[in-house]
Amino acid sequence: MKFAHLQLRDETLAEDVVQEALAAALTSAKEFAGRSALKTWVFAILRNKIIDQIRLQSRTTNVSSFSQQEESLDETFETLFKANAHWSPGNRPNDWGNPEEALRQQRFWDVFDACLKHLPENTARVFMMREFLEFETAEVCQELSITISNCNVILHRARNGLRNCLEKNWFTAGEQPC
Amino acid sequence: MLSCKEVTHLLSEAQDRKITLPERVNLEMHLAICKGCKNFKSQMSFLREACQRYVKNQEKIDD
Repeated sequence: MKFAHLQLRDETLAEDVVQEALAAALTSAKEFAGRSALKTWVFAILRNKIIDQIRLQSRTTNVSSFSQQEESLDETFETLFKANAHWSPGNRPNDWGNPEEALRQQRFWDVFDACLKHLPENTARVFMMREFLEFETAEVCQELSITISNCNVILHRARNGLRNCLEKNWFTAGEQPC
Repeated sequence: MLSCKEVTHLLSEAQDRKITLPERVNLEMHLAICKGCKNFKSQMSFLREACQRYVKNQEKIDD
């Protein structure tokens, strides 16, 4: 549910796709032996339902639209640099040490979730299609009718936004010894 | 010489496509002397890893 909700940003829609996925899985569940295989398979169906829904939505919404939120994210990015486009001293990305350690901690995932939700809607959509649903960038562009360079800009914005958010709220917040 | 800002764009794109040889040479030259961008690069790969793990975790929860 959370997975669907995050990507569609609409609770009712998310409930619908999860139900549809479960229903679709149940109608042919007999073909599947083994619980873990079944789970993976239901998840794969859910993934496809989310993709269908995104396709549907992309006909009515313009993902390349540039909101206030995107603008402020870009402004934040710009403040990290000096006039010569090199990192300003206080904003140089830090060494995150051994970040894999964080992947085992529930608190980290709470922060990660919060950072994802904090991304502007369209930016998050493109990012999640790329990273969660594992579309190639060319496919993302095609599905959402945006240019590849626009897609690159959006992904860069998302990655940097997330990176910044994690650095502020996890990697320097002292949750882990470093 | 690439600026740090340009390097962040290139490092992001490197997650999505195979970067060209000249791009790679320029990138490596920059990374050799820039700790900030080197950290940025590791952070990009970590994000990719975290996202993959995130989906795996959801698979476990969402049943």
